[in-house]
Amino acid sequence: MPRKITIEPVTRVEGHGKVTIHMDEDNQVVQSRLHIVEFRGFERFVQGRPYWEAPVLVQRLCGICPVSHHLAAAKALDVIVGAGTGDGLTPTGEKMRRLMHYGQIFQSHALHFFHLASPDLLFGIEADPNIRNIIGVAMEHKDLAIQGVMMRKFGQEVIKATAGKKIHGTGAIPGGINKSLTKEERDSFLKGEDPLNTDKMIEWSLGALDFFKTYHKANQQLVDNFASFPSSHLSLVRKDGAMDLYHGVLRAIDSEGKKILHDVDYQNYTEYIGEEVKNWTYMKFPFLKEIGKKDGWYRVGPLARMNTVDFIPTPLAQKELEEFKAYTNGKPNGMSMHMHWARLIEILHSAEQMKDLLNDPDIMGKDLVTKGTKTNEGVGLLEAPRGTLFHHYKINDHDQIEMANLIVSTTNNNIPMNLAVESVAKQYLTGHAVISEGMMNAVEVAIRAYDPCLSCATHALGKMPLEISLLDKDDRLIDRKNS
Amino acid sequence: MAERKKILIYGYGNPGRFDDGLGVRLAEDLEAWIHKNKIPGVDCDTNYQLNIEDAEIISKYDLVLFADASEEDIRNVSITPVSPSDSKIEFTMHAVSPAFVLDLCNQIYGKTPDTWLIHIKGQDWQFNEGLSKMAEKNLSIAIKKAKNIIQDPGKYLTLIKGPLINNSI
Repeated sequence: MPRKITIEPVTRVEGHGKVTIHMDEDNQVVQSRLHIVEFRGFERFVQGRPYWEAPVLVQRLCGICPVSHHLAAAKALDVIVGAGTGDGLTPTGEKMRRLMHYGQIFQSHALHFFHLASPDLLFGIEADPNIRNIIGVAMEHKDLAIQGVMMRKFGQEVIKATAGKKIHGTGAIPGGINKSLTKEERDSFLKGEDPLNTDKMIEWSLGALDFFKTYHKANQQLVDNFASFPSSHLSLVRKDGAMDLYHGVLRAIDSEGKKILHDVDYQNYTEYIGEEVKNWTYMKFPFLKEIGKKDGWYRVGPLARMNTVDFIPTPLAQKELEEFKAYTNGKPNGMSMHMHWARLIEILHSAEQMKDLLNDPDIMGKDLVTKGTKTNEGVGLLEAPRGTLFHHYKINDHDQIEMANLIVSTTNNNIPMNLAVESVAKQYLTGHAVISEGMMNAVEVAIRAYDPCLSCATHALGKMPLEISLLDKDDRLIDRKNS
Repeated sequence: MAERKKILIYGYGNPGRFDDGLGVRLAEDLEAWIHKNKIPGVDCDTNYQLNIEDAEIISKYDLVLFADASEEDIRNVSITPVSPSDSKIEFTMHAVSPAFVLDLCNQIYGKTPDTWLIHIKGQDWQFNEGLSKMAEKNLSIAIKKAKNIIQDPGKYLTLIKGPLINNSI
């Protein structure tokens, strides 16, 4: 009998969505979709508000990556207040923002790897779900659990020192920042009591990479083939091609590594990126205009960044990048599970960046804000933990926001996540009359590799869990997972 | 004389969702009161939601009072003991529950501080800052109870024999 599976909610992702998988009489997967069913609100909500409120308001999209929204909005408003397009801030203003941003990347990636992904790697995708969680990790691999907790704490403390609060801070303002670090604050991160110092964070980041590489060696078939498919990739890169998660130019490459976007100014992103709407999800479908709606989709996030950048400007992470790129002989890597590998390289890079920034005297400077001539439109982009984040605002003569457009990382990964679900559904469910919890979890693992933030993706105002359902060809529910 | 317990008041929720900020307000108001009255051994913390690093934070305390807004069917304030639990439902979001934080603390640090959850009833979850009138009233009740606990934890917490004792302390 034809069937349709719905996974709702998908666990260990931020937000709410639904996966439906249609199966025919022969237990063949005929269609799968990741639906986002929450109402969009933030772009309308901020209209009419004074523009300077945006960095504080929009970060309430999310409790996980508020710093990314805070900074992307502030970057857009830098343009509006005449403080340049990402390179016009004072040294202290820019370096404080960078420190905040790398603290955010560090803690977000650490949370994802240790809390959300490591249970699947340590215990197996089809292991007992009562053990396959962070408590199970804590029981059997206490050192790993402690590292996850303390790395997340370190990143949160960096955010608190730079943004004023761990969550929903106020540090970034149009044209700069409202505080710099004191010597005590700086020293606490550089020379803090073990393990809360940058050297220990770098050491643990290297340890996490070793853990993944050992796992990869033992499970090469799974890691390389799970939800693996070619794609284009998009990210910001520094003007010289280096990885820069805070600022740069837009670069996109195809699955062979050929450039599609040639390091363009993101202030003109609407010339290059289109957004399509479909009737079965609130999440939009961005595409590269040069390629078109059908084939213009792309990946963003850690995997995409490893593929787009020419090099990483910190030595330890650069060494890891070289190994990463060598694995595919320099060709773009389309293996979804390698997202974990890429994420760990970025954890290491972030730790190195934080140490460099903390050792820079500018981080304690007093010149915090740049002033200029006001304009009525600005675009702010950065590389958030999950990928490229776009904030675009227009204001009126009364300083009120007239238009806001946000393209968040998870939205950019919309089609890749759908393809990952389809790939794994076909691999794990095809030919099976009975669907096990482990098979359903395999679908979730594919989604989790992208670390999606579904509440961000729909700019939702509420909580968003996710479900997986199995339905027949007449849409009759056969099975449902709601864990 | 018994050594004074080290106490943590931890309020969480989203102050940008009106009454969802009740837990945060309780912690902030108590912090001002503790500072003004120079009460030793009591710390206050707030966050948007709980997460894994909170296991390390609570491991340093003898008594932890989590405070959160509630839309459950309680009269105004409930104070209930928290037991370690890795309940699977907690994995639906990046956020976790007090029971999960306590369980993780136990597994990693081998400590289970005496942990309680103060639930304060709210009614309005609009996208705005501030509190409804009902929430303000319930906050006052919660603060009064929390002050009693801080001043004499042994006396007041032993009065709570079961869950959902609304106005008994």
